[in-house]
Amino acid sequence: MPSEQHSLEAILSQYAQNRDSLIPLLQDIQEQFQYLAPEAIAAVAAHLNLSENDVYGVATFYAQFRFVPPGLHHIRVCEGTACHVRGSDRILESISRSTGIAPGQTSEDGKFSLERVACFGSCALAPVVVVDDKVYGRMTAPKTQKLIEEKK
Amino acid sequence: MSFKGRQQQAQAIWEQFTQPGRLRVLIGSATCGRAAGALEVKQAFHEALAEANLTETTDVVEVGCLGMCFAEVLVELRGSDGTRVLYQGVEPRHVKDLVQAQLINDEVYAPLALAMMGESGTEIPAFDKLAMIAPQVRVVLRNCGIIDPTDIDHYLARGGYSGMARAFELGPDQVIEEMKGSGLRGRGGAGFPTGVKWGFARSSVADQKYVICNADEGDPGAFMDRSVLEGDPHAVLEGLLIAGYAIGATIGYVYCRAEYPLAIERLQGAIEQMHQEGFLGSNILGSGFDFEIKIKKGAGAFVCGEETSLMQSIEGKRGMPLSKPPFPAVSGLFGKPTNINNVETLAAVSAILEKGADWYSGYGTEKSRGTKTFALAGKITRTGLIEVPMGIALSTIIDDIGGGVLDGKPFKAVQTGGPSGGCIPAQFFDLPVDYEHLAEVGSIMGSGGMIVIDQESCMVDMARYFLTFTENESCGKCVPCRMGTQHLLRILTAITQGKGTIDQIETLRKIGDTMKKASLCGLGQTAANPVLTTLRYFEDEYRAHIEENRCPAGACRALITFSIDAATCTGCGACKRACPVDAISGEKKQPHSIDESLCIQCGSCRQVCKFDSVHVQ
Ligand SMILES: Cc1cc2nc3c(=O)[nH]c(=O)nc-3n(C[C@H](O)[C@H](O)[C@H](O)COP(=O)(O)O)c2cc1C
Ligand code: FES
Repeated sequence: MPSEQHSLEAILSQYAQNRDSLIPLLQDIQEQFQYLAPEAIAAVAAHLNLSENDVYGVATFYAQFRFVPPGLHHIRVCEGTACHVRGSDRILESISRSTGIAPGQTSEDGKFSLERVACFGSCALAPVVVVDDKVYGRMTAPKTQKLIEEKK
Repeated sequence: MSFKGRQQQAQAIWEQFTQPGRLRVLIGSATCGRAAGALEVKQAFHEALAEANLTETTDVVEVGCLGMCFAEVLVELRGSDGTRVLYQGVEPRHVKDLVQAQLINDEVYAPLALAMMGESGTEIPAFDKLAMIAPQVRVVLRNCGIIDPTDIDHYLARGGYSGMARAFELGPDQVIEEMKGSGLRGRGGAGFPTGVKWGFARSSVADQKYVICNADEGDPGAFMDRSVLEGDPHAVLEGLLIAGYAIGATIGYVYCRAEYPLAIERLQGAIEQMHQEGFLGSNILGSGFDFEIKIKKGAGAFVCGEETSLMQSIEGKRGMPLSKPPFPAVSGLFGKPTNINNVETLAAVSAILEKGADWYSGYGTEKSRGTKTFALAGKITRTGLIEVPMGIALSTIIDDIGGGVLDGKPFKAVQTGGPSGGCIPAQFFDLPVDYEHLAEVGSIMGSGGMIVIDQESCMVDMARYFLTFTENESCGKCVPCRMGTQHLLRILTAITQGKGTIDQIETLRKIGDTMKKASLCGLGQTAANPVLTTLRYFEDEYRAHIEENRCPAGACRALITFSIDAATCTGCGACKRACPVDAISGEKKQPHSIDESLCIQCGSCRQVCKFDSVHVQ
C-alpha cells in the first residue's frame, strides 16, 4: 500500500537517528497504523541503525505494543485494584462471553478486540471499561452487555 | 515586562474571572469527570445558553478535579448576583433547569445542590464545611478544580511561578536549604528527604545534568498524580524547573504513563505557554539559568516507575532496573548526574518555594512533614482525591472524609501502597497516617492509593490479585523476583481454589522473606508485602480455605455456592434476567431457584437482587 509506505517514511523522518527515539517512534507508528507490522519494525531498525532483534526486544517488553491489528472496536477492561475490589473480573467475563473472545484476542469478524489494562486512573468510577478511547465508569455486567450489543 | 508586572496583569484577568458580573459555568472535566459525562454536560450547557440568549454573557470553562469524584459530574454555577453553587450528579437532562434556576432566576436548584461556594446563608452547607472537605489541607491540590488548567494567567494570579522567582533570588544552595528545612519527603513511595537528594545531585560535577519528573503512577488504584497533572500542570512544571535550577540541570523530562492522554495534552500545552512567557529557554527571567522540558510517554510497564528502569526506558531500552550504587545523583540518565522526583513532590516544591519552608513544615508530624494526597477508592461511600496533613487518623479519612464503607457495611481493611504495600486491618482504625506508623503495622505510605475493603473481599484473593500483577510486571532480570512472584502466585491460586496445604503458609513467609532480602529493585523487594501483611492479620482466612475448604468472605469461586432464599424471594425475575448462563428458573411471583450444575458463581444475581435473597455459602 503506497500511501501507508509514504506515511511510515514521513513518521520516521521526524525522528533523530538516536536510540532514545525508539520508543516514541514505535508509539507514533502504532498510533497511526494501530499495530506494529513486521515491515514497520524492519524500517525502524534500519532508521535507527539497530538490529530488528533489538527493536523487537524493546517492543515486546512494553505492554502497550501490539503485533496484530486490533478489532474495529478495541475494548479495554481495567484490572486495577479499585476495579478488582468492585468486581472487574465479572465485567471482563461478561465481555468475553458476549464477544466470544479472550483478552489479547481479536474476534474473527474483526469487530472486537479485548485487552486487560492495569489502571486508567479513573478508579473512583470503578469498575471502568474503555471502548475506543471513551471511558465508561461504574459498569455492571448488564451495562457492558448492552454496550457491546450497540456496537455489534 | 517584568515578572511583577506580568503577575499584576494575570491578577487583573483572574479578578475578572472571579468577580460577579458575568455568569459562569465551571465543569469538572478531568478524566474522571469526562468518564461520567462532563463533555456531554458541557455541550448541553452551550445549547441551553444559546437558547436563553446567554452565550455572550456567560463563561463556560473546563476545570480540573475538585476531588469529589463520587459526585461527578460536578458543575459550579455563578448567577448574576454572584452566588456560587456547586451541583452534583449533573446530567445533560438537568441542564435546562439549572440554567433557568441559577442563571436566569438567581435561585438555587435544590435537587442537585451540593454546596455553596463561599458563605452559606441557606440550609445548603458551605463547601469548606462539608464533611469531606473540612479536614483537608490543600497544598498540592491548591488549584485543582478552581483554575482553568489551560490558562497560565490563572496559575500566575494565584501565586504561580513566584516560587521560581524566589528561587532565582535565593540561589541554588539556599533553595536546597529551604527544601531541607521544609522537611518534604519524596511522595513517590520511598519517602526520601527531597532537599538531601537535591544536595547529592548538586555536588556531582558534570558537563550535563538532568532532572526527571516521575509521572508513571503505576500503582493500579491510584490517581493523585493524574489529577494534579490534569488540573494544575504548571504547579508540577514549576517544581521541576526549580529542581533543575537547584542541582544545575538544563534539561528536564516528564515521564508520563501513556494511559493518561489528557495529562499529556495538558503538559504539552503548559510547556508551550512557559516558552511564550520566557519561563523556558535561555537566561530565564535574567537569572542566567537555561532550561528545557521534554515529555516522554511511558509504554505500559509498572517497573518503569522505578527510577533506574525509567531512565533505561527514556534511553530507548527495555525498562529493567540497574543495581545501585551508583545512584542516579552520580550516574543516571545517559550516565549523567540525575535527580528524579515524583509529580506530587514537585507540586509541593513550587508551593514551598512560594510560601516558605516554615509554612510547609507547620503541617504534619515531626518526621513526616506537610500534607499528603490520597486516592480513596474501593468500597467507600465518597470516592475521590483528598489531601490531608500527615498524621491524621485513618478513621478521619475513612469515616469523616470518605463517609464510611459503602452501603454501611462493616470495615474490614484498607490497602495502602498498592502492590508494594499492605492491608491494614480494622484494629488499627485510629492509626495516625504517616510514614512511621504505616511502616510499623507492615504497610507503606506508597504513592497514596487507599483502597477500602469490606467483608465481601477475601484477603487471600487480594494477595493473589496483587501477585498476579507483580508476577506479570516482574521484568525477569533477577531470580528472586522472577521466581519468587511465580511461586507465591502458584501457591495463592491453589489456596483460593481449595487446593492448598497447611505447610504452604510457612513457605509463603519464607519466599517472601527471601525476595525482600535478595531482589534487585523495589519491585521484588516489596512484592511479597501484600502476602505477608494479610498473613500477619488474616491468617485465619488462609486457614479456613486450606483446612475447611471455605472462603469466609464468599469471594473465592471454587469454594462457594449460590442459593435463593425462598422465604424472601418475591419472584421479580431480576436475577433470572441477569444470569448469563440461564441457571435460574422460576415462575413469575414465585420463588426462583438456582441450578448448581449450571451456575458459574459470577454473582450477577446477587448484585441485582433488591431483596437480599441470594445467599452465598
Ligand atoms: C517498582 C517500582 C515502581 C515505582 N513506581 C513509581 C511511580 O509510579 N511513580 C513515582 O513517582 N515513583 C515510583 N517509584 C519510586 C521511584 O523509584 C523513585 O523513588 C521516585 O520517583 C523518587 O521521587 P520522590 O523522591 O519524589 O519520591 C517506584 C519504585 C519502584 C521500585
Ligand atoms: S483501578 Fe480501575 S481505573 Fe484505576
